[in-house]
Amino acid sequence: MKKLSVVIIIITCAVCAASTQPAQTSKQKGSAIYKKYCLTCHQADGSGVPRMNPPLIKTSYITGDKSKLIKWVLQGSVEKVAIDGQNYSNNMPPQKNLTDQQIADVLTYIRSSFGNKSPAITSTDVKTVRASIN
Amino acid sequence: MKKHFYLPILLFLQTTVIIAQQVKPDANNAGLKLPAGFGALKVADNLGSARHIAITPQGDIFVKLGDLKDGKGIYWLHDSNKDGKADKMLGFGDYGGTGMYLKGNYLYASSNTEVVRYKLANDYSVDTTGEKIITGLLDRGEHESKSIVLDKDDNIYVNVGAYSNSCQEQDRQEGSMGKKPCPILDSAGGIWQFKADKENQTYGDAIHYATGLRNVVGLDWNTQTNTLFVMQHGRDQLADNFPTYFNVKQSAELPAECMYELHKGSNCGWPYIYYDEFQHKKMLAPEYGGDGKKTGGEDAQNPIVAFPGHMAPDGLLFYTGNMFPEKYKNGAFIAFHGSWNRAPEPQKGYFVAFVPFKDGKPSGDWEIFADGFSGKTTVTSPSQAVHRPCGLAQGPDGSLYVSDDAKGTIYRIIYTAK
Ligand code: HEC
Repeated sequence: MKKLSVVIIIITCAVCAASTQPAQTSKQKGSAIYKKYCLTCHQADGSGVPRMNPPLIKTSYITGDKSKLIKWVLQGSVEKVAIDGQNYSNNMPPQKNLTDQQIADVLTYIRSSFGNKSPAITSTDVKTVRASIN
Repeated sequence: MKKHFYLPILLFLQTTVIIAQQVKPDANNAGLKLPAGFGALKVADNLGSARHIAITPQGDIFVKLGDLKDGKGIYWLHDSNKDGKADKMLGFGDYGGTGMYLKGNYLYASSNTEVVRYKLANDYSVDTTGEKIITGLLDRGEHESKSIVLDKDDNIYVNVGAYSNSCQEQDRQEGSMGKKPCPILDSAGGIWQFKADKENQTYGDAIHYATGLRNVVGLDWNTQTNTLFVMQHGRDQLADNFPTYFNVKQSAELPAECMYELHKGSNCGWPYIYYDEFQHKKMLAPEYGGDGKKTGGEDAQNPIVAFPGHMAPDGLLFYTGNMFPEKYKNGAFIAFHGSWNRAPEPQKGYFVAFVPFKDGKPSGDWEIFADGFSGKTTVTSPSQAVHRPCGLAQGPDGSLYVSDDAKGTIYRIIYTAK
């Protein structure tokens, strides 16, 4: 009897870990990628730099279509696209050197931080977009 | 379609004691921390992105806005009852920009590509028609603001900032090396000298006065030395782009924000070098083979003053007034807009600094003159700052005016001790 319940507990834990762990890990890994590749410009709280680098808080890119967001981050921008009506005086370097998984992680982190509540992004999402622009 | 309006004439009665009120500091000095004996008041508020400012000999203020407010890019502010608070305001000019300078009977304003001058009448009312004196300046959306100043001979100096951080093959990309030679320097990353009274001048009409300056926003003509002084915004992202040589802390502190005294032909070394204020040396930029240890720039000039990194000097003014104590005479005030590149370390700047000068040279260390603009004890990201100092101007009575481009407050700092 005792043995059986221990086994059940182990199985249950394994199941719950399997279902929640990946999302957790992706966000955590995304946080580290954000610090290394995005933080200086977009700032620790995602609020950006007024008139210089846009915020990553509930902008149309962050909350909108996944593919458009992924494409933006892969390609960066030197074109000076107005973001939600405001111009920003800086370039964003392309992030194409990051792997599909790293882009997925950092965007999952951003989409669930700074007050954002948009769904996670997977490496498959990134892979599809990368293939479409290459 | 000529649009003419003459701003109200200030009558000769301005000295009439009965109507003239005393200019008094606001409660709590409008939130500013100042040296003993000084006070501050808000002249105007909520103008938006108030960049550079200019003041007439009668004390009217012209403000250049970065973004239009109610369709206008320049605002004239007037204080009828002389209580220090602007009570009349008129807008003109349908373009955003930074530069605003007044000399003699002309007001000069810049967009990110042009410079326009406006004729002032004897009472300093403005003819808002304007005459384009410079056109076709480069604007590629990075370091695009144009600042302006005139010398005694009516030459006008314009900065054209480099559309790049360090002239990399791919701007701000990790590991991307610098272009050799940097092609940006032919039409940007320097100062160009034009005539103040000639229409439609372009690069071809100008003297390429100084080079190797990444981006200048604050600049002033020093009437004592009869030379141009500029404040350079030093390069960003040493650790982001070259993590093998620089850690986050070094990247937050380096390089220095430098003051240079320029002459025709000056070269300040960007993008090949940056200035390290701890080693007091010109260092080879990592994009050009540097590693934080190798020096460089034998042909580049040394700064006159080196300030902590990334504080973003947006305004420079040599004080020639008589209101402030003797110590301030001919010294330099610098408006530091405040850093963003120090993240994740706490940010720095968001104050007006002072450097004493004697015989045209700094005669002591720099110090913070006016602080508290941000409204925070520590700013970790720039959007937290309520106000950010940008432009500086001296009033006819010797008051120091400071503009703020976060909220659009115009401050006036006065000396109240006897
Ligand atoms: C060198 C500064 C810099 C770095 C580093 C940087 N960005 Fe940007 N980013 C910008 C600028 C500037 C823009 C706006 C450009 C424009 O308007 O044309 C921008 C725009 C964006 C946008 C779209 C607009 C918005 O605000 O929603 C997203 C999303 C974004 N960046 C994400 C990232 C991510 C993720 C990283 C790190 C992997 C990153 N950025 C790194 C400067 C930077």
